[in-house]
Amino acid sequence: MADFGGTDLEAFRAEARGWIEANFPAALKGKPNPMMGEERPKPSADQEAWRKAMGDKGWGVPTWPAAYGGGGLSGGEARVIQQELNRAGAYNPIGGMGVMMFGPTLLEYGTEDQKREHIPPIVKGEIQWCQGFSEPGAGSDLASLQTKAEDKGDHFEINGQKIWTSGAQYADWCFCLVRTDTAKKHEGISFVLFTMHQPGVEVRPIKLIAGSSPFCETFFTNARAEKKDLVGPLNGGWTIAKRLLQHERSGLTGAGGGLGGGGKSLEQLAKDYVGVDDKGRIADSDLRTRLVNNAINWRAFQQTAIRAMMESKGNAGPSSATSIMKNAGTQLIQERHEMTLEIMGHQGLGWEGEDFSKDELEAVRGWLFGKAFTIFGGSQEVQSNIVSKRILGLPDLTQNH
Amino acid sequence: MAVLSEEQSMLRDAAKSWVQEKSPVTAFRKMRDSGAELGYDVTAWNEMAEMGWAGVIIPEEYGGSNFGYLSLGLILEELGRTLTASPLLSSGLAAASALILGGSDAQKSEWLPRIAEGTAVGALAIDEGPHHNPEKVAAEFKGGKITGKKTFVLEGMAADVLVVSAKGADGVGLYLVKANDPGVSRHKLSLADSRGAANIEFKDAAAEPLTGGAALVEKVLDRARAGVAAEMLGSAVQAFETTLDYLKVRVQFGQVIGSFQALQHRAAKMFTDLELSRSAVEAALAAIDADSPDVPELVSLAKAKMGDTFHLVSNEMVQMHGGIGMTDAHDAGFYLKRARAAEAAFGNQAFHRDRYARIQGY
Repeated sequence: MADFGGTDLEAFRAEARGWIEANFPAALKGKPNPMMGEERPKPSADQEAWRKAMGDKGWGVPTWPAAYGGGGLSGGEARVIQQELNRAGAYNPIGGMGVMMFGPTLLEYGTEDQKREHIPPIVKGEIQWCQGFSEPGAGSDLASLQTKAEDKGDHFEINGQKIWTSGAQYADWCFCLVRTDTAKKHEGISFVLFTMHQPGVEVRPIKLIAGSSPFCETFFTNARAEKKDLVGPLNGGWTIAKRLLQHERSGLTGAGGGLGGGGKSLEQLAKDYVGVDDKGRIADSDLRTRLVNNAINWRAFQQTAIRAMMESKGNAGPSSATSIMKNAGTQLIQERHEMTLEIMGHQGLGWEGEDFSKDELEAVRGWLFGKAFTIFGGSQEVQSNIVSKRILGLPDLTQNH
Repeated sequence: MAVLSEEQSMLRDAAKSWVQEKSPVTAFRKMRDSGAELGYDVTAWNEMAEMGWAGVIIPEEYGGSNFGYLSLGLILEELGRTLTASPLLSSGLAAASALILGGSDAQKSEWLPRIAEGTAVGALAIDEGPHHNPEKVAAEFKGGKITGKKTFVLEGMAADVLVVSAKGADGVGLYLVKANDPGVSRHKLSLADSRGAANIEFKDAAAEPLTGGAALVEKVLDRARAGVAAEMLGSAVQAFETTLDYLKVRVQFGQVIGSFQALQHRAAKMFTDLELSRSAVEAALAAIDADSPDVPELVSLAKAKMGDTFHLVSNEMVQMHGGIGMTDAHDAGFYLKRARAAEAAFGNQAFHRDRYARIQGY
C-alpha cells in the first residue's frame, strides 16, 4: 500500500549506495550506534572517520538546508539514505538532541547568525546539546519554572536548577528555558543557549530504578549566556519551547528497543518460555489474549504512523493522527515490557549474574527504564490534556492560573 | 482519512451530503417507529441505488463502476454516521463479492446487473447458531439441493438471492439459492438494532454452486467484515462527535462538563482509539483492493480493533450523556444497540483476535 520509493529515486539510490560503500568502515558493519549507548567511551578511529564523513556530506540530517551544511534533500531521498544505511549494516552517527529537537527549532526561530553558528556543528556531530527544561518544581507544569536569567548588559546571568537533563554529563551546550520576568508565567520565559563548559555549571548524574544514569541534575550558579544566544524575543520563549516539545514527542513515539527478546517476537518468546497446546497456541490462554490485543493495537499504531505520513504529504493537509502518537505508542511499549517479564517468569526478574541470559537481564532493565516513557517529554496525562484542548476543543483549566 | 483519488473524494462528498440531507438519524428513528417490514427504508435504498452505490465494486461489464472496496467503504462510513439502514452491505458488498469471486459468467450475468441497479437484493447465509463460526457447517448440498438451517441472516427477509454456505462432496462451499424457492422458509427476527434479519430454513432448496470452496467462503466473509468495519467507523466517529458536542454545552457546577479532566481524558482515549481504528479499517480495505496476501490478518485486525472502539465509544456515549442518554428519545441508545449488533456480525472481537493469533502462528 505505502510506496515510499518511486522510480525517480532509483538514480539517487545508486549514488547513496556507492557513497556508503566507499565511506562506511567495514569494521563497523552491524555494530550498534555509539550514540545509543549510555556510556560514551572515546570513539575509535573508524567511528570518528564515519562521523566525519557523514558530517561533511550532510547526510546525517539529510533534509536540513544545505546552506547550513545539511543534505538539502527531499523526504524521499532521506528515506533512501536510511534504507541504504540499513542495507549496509551502517548506523547514522549524527544524532542526539541537537538533531532531534534543537536543530529543527533553531532553523525555524533562530536568526541567520544563530543558525550559521550553531547548526553546522550539529550537522557534523561535533557539538552535543542538552535540554534545560524540567525543574524540581516544574515537571508537567513546565511553565512554572524558576531558573532565573538576569540582564547584565552584554550577557545574562543564570541561577537555578534543572533536572532530568538527559546526557548533560556529555553535553557541550545547553538550550535552556529561563525566567526573565517574574510577574508573568508563560510570558516571562525566555529561550537561551550557553556552553556547559563553564565554571557556573555543575552536573550530577541521577541513578534511576533501572540502575543506570541517563539523566542529570544540573545546577547553575552565576552561569553566563551571551545576549546573542537569546533565541526569539525576550519573554517569548514559551512558544519556541512548545514547538521544540512537538519535535521531542514525535521523536519519542516510536520509543522501542530494550525489550530484551534478543530480536525474537514477543509471541515467539511466549511459545519458548510458556509452551504451546496441541493446536500450536500459546498454552496460557489468558496471556495469549493479552498478547494478541497488544499486537493488534501495535500494528494499528504502525498503520497510523504510515497514514499520518501519507496524509501529511497527500491531499488531506496535516494529519490529526500525529497528536495521539506519543500516548498510544508508549503505553503499548510498556505493556510489551510487562508481558516480556511475565513470559520469562522468575528468569525475568534477574538483576545481574550468570544465572540469567543477556536477554533476560536486558528485559528487566528495559522494563524499568520504560516506565519513563509515559513521564518524560510530556507525561501521559499532559498529552491527554493537549489532545483534549488542541484537537477536541475542550476547555483548558490548566491555563487559568 | 486515507489519501483519496479525485473520484473517491467526489464519491465520499456525495455520500456525505446525501446522508446528512436525506438520511439523518431522525430517518432511522422514523423507520424504526414505523416498524418497517424489511428493516430499512425502501425509498431511500432506491435513491442510493440510483446514485450507483450498489454497483461500486461490480465490474463495468455487469453494470457497476468498479471503484473498489475502499470507495465502497467511504460510502458505508458515511451511512454509518447516521445509522442509515440499507442492504448495501449485504447485497452490494457481500453477495456481489461472492458472485464476482466465485460466479460463472451466467451467474454473474443473471445477478450482478440487478444487484448493481438495486432491483435485486442478495444476502449472505453463513452462521447456524448464536456465534459466528463459518467452519462449523451442518447444511448439506446434495443432488443440486440444500437442506439445513441458517441463523441471523442480515437482510434475509429482503433478499432475492441467498449466498449460502453448505457442505458438498468437496467440503464447504458457497451456493446460490433463490429466496422464492419453495424449499426456503424465512422467519423474520426482531433485533435490538431494528435492522433486517432472518432465520432461514432450507428443505431441498434448489442451489447452484459457486466456484472456490472454503477459500471462497473466507474471501467473501473478509470483504463483508471489512465493510461492516467501515460502517462501524462512521457510527463510532459520529457517536463520539455527538458526545463531544454535549460535553461542550452541558453545564453542571457552573461550568461545561467538558472542562472536567475526568471526562477530557476519556474523550482523548476515545479519539486515540478512533484514529487507530481508522488506520486499521482503511488498511484492510486497501489490502482487499490490492488483492494482498495479508487480507485475512488485516481484516481481523480491523474488525477486532474497530469492535473494541465502537464498544467503548457507544458505552461512553450513554454514560457521558447521563440520564438523557438513557431515554429512547435520545440517539445514544441507537448507537449502543447498533454497536453490539455490528460487533457480532461476521465475528466479534474474540473471534477475530483468535483468528489474528492463529494466522500469526500462535
